[in-house]
Amino acid sequence: MAGIPHDHYEPKTGVEKWLHERLPVVSLVYDTLMIPTPKNLNWMWIWGIVLTFCLALQIITGIILVMHYTPHVDLAFDSVEHIMRDVNGGWAFRYLHANGASLFFIAVYAHIFRGLYYGSYKSPREITWIVGMLIYLMMMATGFLGYVLPWGQMSFWGATVITGLFGAIPGVGGILQEWLLGGPAVDNATLNRFFSLHYLLPFVIVGLVAVHIWAFHTTGNNNPTGVEVRRKSKAEAAKDTVPFWPYYVIKDLFALVVILVIFMAVVGFMPNYLGHPDNYIPANALVTPAHIVPEWYYLPFYAILRAITFDVLFLDAKFLGVLAMFGAIAVMALAPWTDTSPVRSGRYRPMFKIAFWILGFDFMLLMWCGAQPAEGLIPLISLLGAIYWFAYFLVILPVLGWTEKTLPVPETIEADFDAHYPPKSGSAK
Amino acid sequence: MKKLLLSAAVAFSMATTAIAGGGEGHIEDFDFSFEGPFGKFDQYQLQRGLQVYTEVCSACHGLRHVAFRTLGDEGGPHLTADQVKAYAAEIDVYDKELDEDRSAKPSDKFPASGLETAPDLSLMAKARAGFHGPNGLGINQIVKGMGGAEYIASILTGYTGEEKEEAGTTLYENKAFPGGWIAMAPPLEDEAVEFADGHKNDVHHMSEDVSAFLMWTAEPKMMARQRLGLLSVGMLLLFGVLLYLTNKKLWRDIKRKG
Amino acid sequence: MSEDNGNRRDFLYVATAGTGAVIGGAAVWPMINQMNPSADVQALASIEVDVSDVEPGTQITVKWRGKPVFVRRRTAEEIADARAVALADLPDMDARNVNATPAAGETETFADDANRTLDENGEWLVMMGVCTHLGCVPLGDAGDFGGWFCPCHGSHYDTAGRIRKGPAPENLPVPQASFIDANTIKLG
Repeated sequence: MAGIPHDHYEPKTGVEKWLHERLPVVSLVYDTLMIPTPKNLNWMWIWGIVLTFCLALQIITGIILVMHYTPHVDLAFDSVEHIMRDVNGGWAFRYLHANGASLFFIAVYAHIFRGLYYGSYKSPREITWIVGMLIYLMMMATGFLGYVLPWGQMSFWGATVITGLFGAIPGVGGILQEWLLGGPAVDNATLNRFFSLHYLLPFVIVGLVAVHIWAFHTTGNNNPTGVEVRRKSKAEAAKDTVPFWPYYVIKDLFALVVILVIFMAVVGFMPNYLGHPDNYIPANALVTPAHIVPEWYYLPFYAILRAITFDVLFLDAKFLGVLAMFGAIAVMALAPWTDTSPVRSGRYRPMFKIAFWILGFDFMLLMWCGAQPAEGLIPLISLLGAIYWFAYFLVILPVLGWTEKTLPVPETIEADFDAHYPPKSGSAK
Repeated sequence: MKKLLLSAAVAFSMATTAIAGGGEGHIEDFDFSFEGPFGKFDQYQLQRGLQVYTEVCSACHGLRHVAFRTLGDEGGPHLTADQVKAYAAEIDVYDKELDEDRSAKPSDKFPASGLETAPDLSLMAKARAGFHGPNGLGINQIVKGMGGAEYIASILTGYTGEEKEEAGTTLYENKAFPGGWIAMAPPLEDEAVEFADGHKNDVHHMSEDVSAFLMWTAEPKMMARQRLGLLSVGMLLLFGVLLYLTNKKLWRDIKRKG
Repeated sequence: MSEDNGNRRDFLYVATAGTGAVIGGAAVWPMINQMNPSADVQALASIEVDVSDVEPGTQITVKWRGKPVFVRRRTAEEIADARAVALADLPDMDARNVNATPAAGETETFADDANRTLDENGEWLVMMGVCTHLGCVPLGDAGDFGGWFCPCHGSHYDTAGRIRKGPAPENLPVPQASFIDANTIKLG
């Protein structure tokens, strides 16, 4: 494995050698845990651990819920109530799972915007970034599929609306939609396959996460300066890094626990805050809720979907909206190539900083628009927001790279670290 | 970074905005005993609410997710085992195996709605939110709670006495109902129910009691849930403090602060 | 690493790890407990059976804990038949009755008819309707001994539900049961 030079695991006893020659699993764990990590990582580098925790939480609580849930249109809603009322601690597992999804998305958005700000997507970390985008897409799919399972009104109508997106594709749309649903409308076949896929995709995510970690353990972590770790020798690398264990494990764990305090307060005291009251009404194919809103984490992209209200040439607005929504995610994946700046970290890019914070605001604005009924000024605001979103990735990133005058970048990570934490006088490293 | 955290917080509060927008009824903010992290269900209020439900609402509305046995649960109306049995025996339920109605046992559930147009009330207090705004930000729900029970109580107390005919149905004006006109006739009138404990039985108090009862039917594990919240927040805070100190100690030599 | 605070450091690390372990442990128990019978299942662990309509010489079958339970009100003749059988003639001499206790000085409860029934007179016989051979449901008023007959492999039970002939190894077991009033039997 390429990467930052460091000490590797050396089997000492006979048993260790025996195992190591056959299956170097201890070595794998050791090298993963002891990986040299830039010592200047700030508090935005905690989200990876939070996300790992979320994935584990969702899989564990999910497997538990499956033991009591019945994927059938006549029984799904009642089986969820069975979980809430009769299963030992069932209400806790369900609320943990439902709110765990929200925590998962809060963490993934923080993680993505961290990457955007500090240029973590840039060479040589393009694969880490692309795999991360795939994980994010899988999360969106998994979250959507899971939201259908309780078979409430929002489950049913959310499934109807979202699968309708595929129906908008010219030519094959109708056939594709019917294939997805297993019939002309959302029904038992849909519920069953969504259940199957909702159980499958998290394990695909686990696999992608392994690749994601493998990739950035090969390139080394990015850090707030965007300056690479010196890797000519072990001694030089050691000046820029600390081993992941115990330094970052404990730091990340601390951050995770702080976040969990808030999370458990939400689960304990307001577990329905992020849900929709309509989903406590059993699905009814004959009555649509007054206002269908996706879960909060889809709202920015939902707003982009609804922002296109006009036909262009032979493409109708509905299909354009779908293109725009998926395109909004696709352009993020292009960032490693559209960003032309030689400086990696946004910390040393004054113009970029402004553009970045506008993007952050834009994201929030789109989220708000997505939750509003599409009337009055909302479609116009959504359209402007969508335009900025695309412009950021396709125009601003390349142009700024050529024109921006950047600030001086520190020579080394050690220099940056020492600037924050001055060494004691006379103490030598 | 602070800005990102702030953004996350805003994202949190923007989340629930389901029925935001115009045409909303006015929801009064009742002061229920179960509100807030230390709130508790008042078992006597739930018992009175059960009585109002039994004598009034149950004529049309069902509670098909609620089992009679849970009326004896702690953190609920907490009836004695004999009271639960006697209560259930008064009610006929359909037995699938016998293929006929029989008197209910504690292990049975309440019957479903008798009237097709009357929604089941088991989950009503969670299927409606009383508070949304401002501006679709959902911040009121943090301050005042979700407001499901308030919604029910506001409907019950919100009749103005006006009525009109529309497409053969009589509609009744109601300040709390979205759109202002509701098909349900005013179900309560003062002294409709006589409470054994002599509690006030005007419309306002009966509405409050039955709303509290329906909050319990919707979220019977609420008190256990709040205990979990307190316990886990407490334990995690302790763990967090210890981790903070451990982290500080661990990094002290690396940071070499003067 | 300075020496002077070595102890405090160790204590802090141990306390942190200990708290983490306690929280982890506390989280594991609910994950195990959720697989235990849920409240609706537990509520059916004990049921009450109304026997006011059961005439002598008839029986009712009720479902309890997912299995059939026979409740039979025996005739005087059936009681006499069952009481006439010598203990030595029984393939299984154990009463198989969780409600009966061994007589003074004995260590096991024998399958005398009196140890099989619910009441002193021997009128009420309550037992699991599951053949002790391979779990089929025996037929009532059938078999060579006027009791029950299992159609699957030909086991014959007498009027006290004791195995008399055939492959079944044991008498039909008597579950936990009692009269809570003259007309109601409580199972469980």
